[in-house]
Amino acid sequence: MVCLSILFLIALAALLAPWITYHDPYKTSIARRLLAPGDARHWLGTDELGRDMLARLLYGGRLSLLTGLSPVILATAIGGTLGIIAGYLGGWINMMIMRLIDVFYAFPSVLLAVAISGALGGGIVNTVVSLTLVFIPPIARVAESVTTQIRSQDYVEAARATGAAGWHIVTGHVLSNVTGPILIYASSLVSVSIVLAAGLSFLGLGVKPPEPEWGLMLNTLRQSIYVAPLNSILPGVMIFATSMCFNLMSDGLRDAMDVKQ
Amino acid sequence: MAVYILRRVIYTIPIAIGVSIVCFLLIHIAPGDPLSAVMPEGASAAIIAQIREAYGFDRPLPVQYLKWLGHVVTGDFGMSITTRRPVLGEVLPAVANTMILASTAVLFGFVTGCVLGIIAGYTAGSLTDRAVTAVAVTGVSIPHYWLGMVLVVIFAVNLGVLPATGMGSGGSGNFALDWASLRSLILPAITLSVIPAGIIARSVRATIAEVRKHEFVQTLYAKGLPGSRVFVHVVKNAMPTVLAIMGLQLAQLLGGSILVETVFAWPGTGFLMNSAIFNRDLPILQGTILTLAMFFIVINLLVDIAQTAFDPRIKRS
Repeated sequence: MVCLSILFLIALAALLAPWITYHDPYKTSIARRLLAPGDARHWLGTDELGRDMLARLLYGGRLSLLTGLSPVILATAIGGTLGIIAGYLGGWINMMIMRLIDVFYAFPSVLLAVAISGALGGGIVNTVVSLTLVFIPPIARVAESVTTQIRSQDYVEAARATGAAGWHIVTGHVLSNVTGPILIYASSLVSVSIVLAAGLSFLGLGVKPPEPEWGLMLNTLRQSIYVAPLNSILPGVMIFATSMCFNLMSDGLRDAMDVKQ
Repeated sequence: MAVYILRRVIYTIPIAIGVSIVCFLLIHIAPGDPLSAVMPEGASAAIIAQIREAYGFDRPLPVQYLKWLGHVVTGDFGMSITTRRPVLGEVLPAVANTMILASTAVLFGFVTGCVLGIIAGYTAGSLTDRAVTAVAVTGVSIPHYWLGMVLVVIFAVNLGVLPATGMGSGGSGNFALDWASLRSLILPAITLSVIPAGIIARSVRATIAEVRKHEFVQTLYAKGLPGSRVFVHVVKNAMPTVLAIMGLQLAQLLGGSILVETVFAWPGTGFLMNSAIFNRDLPILQGTILTLAMFFIVINLLVDIAQTAFDPRIKRS
């Protein structure tokens, strides 16, 4: 519950950033570079170009949450659909889909993300595309195995025996039983996605300057680590807090939904 | 057993081929001409066509792929665009450096994870268990590249006891079994070990708690066996699962060390890929990814086989 409120606060702060701080996150100032946190005007100090840290951290939540959340949502939609189709139809269609998934599963996840982003080039869209491709295989695998289990359940057999149409069985029986496990699994990927999306920006493969984004801020402030260590570490605190909260929330969700334990 | 291994190896071949196709296509999904880096400035259409032909880029994709695969199988990964040296000569030393880092990190992670997991598994449900679980969640949630920066601030900037970046003495890039090299390994290895430590702690906890519920444990206690001897039995039963997870983590870290290598300027595969991306050196990028993916497949295969060998209860179709 604490986590949910923290996440809510971070998201709200990102949305309402213009009303929380009067500082412009893009406005540079040569004279006010790398001010330490606790400054009268810049509460959390300034970055290497004299931009207000608090404003950039607040606005940064927008892109960080967007690039972290959207790959999981897209991958759940695409991977979930592929997995359900493969699991429900079985046979050679299952074979085709799952072998293709296996190929992408045969890459370490960070490597795959870096490889695709590296080849496509940086940018928000490419970050989302590469992370979506990273998360489709695991989600599809979960969806496929759950669907396969449910397909052989007696009530699905019964529905088929009474002459229910395939489409009706999928929407009425399979979907309602499959979505829970898929969503619980997908929720556990959000924290990884937040860390990876910021990580791609940290490598210079994600969000482009001068946009405020936590991973990119870590990247540019890294040069100032000897001069202003506190400033250069702040964006990471945001990534850490967000990822930790999503992780705990996903754990809570799993415990709450899992009747077996 | 032999049949199982054979079947498992055969099953891996189409995946390896699929992986090679993905690596091959990487160059072709890259925006712009893959040859733009070698094209002379303001080359005429005729020269461009000539260069395309020389590199075989005028052929249809499947033909290009088979030709490329033929070279790769014989160890010819092409030439680096920036250094003009064979790709394999650049990739192999980097893989070795990443191996040093990743295996040390997995070892750290294994020891920490096991200690934490065993404590939590033995005290399941208690306050200690909750505390350990919280530490484990922290381990898997923390952005490790950021942890690396924090460790640099503490141990290199403030305390000045460990080198901030580089590998070997004075960041020479040569790793030897001496104190200077080991010192340069400490911070990156600890940084990279938090994720496996968290994952291993979680699974050790779950496995130990599970094994302790088995009836044979009660029987052992009932027979009057001291706790330490029962512990040996519990660990023996939990080991196959834990070792498998450790193997999989090593495989993940081989590809996952890029961020930590960037923070610490560790001259491994991550560092190599990073510079290849910014120099648009696609052959190096492709070669590194292919090599790491193949390592990943082989390690996964070995883990699978080892797990079956250790634990005869696992029967797979």
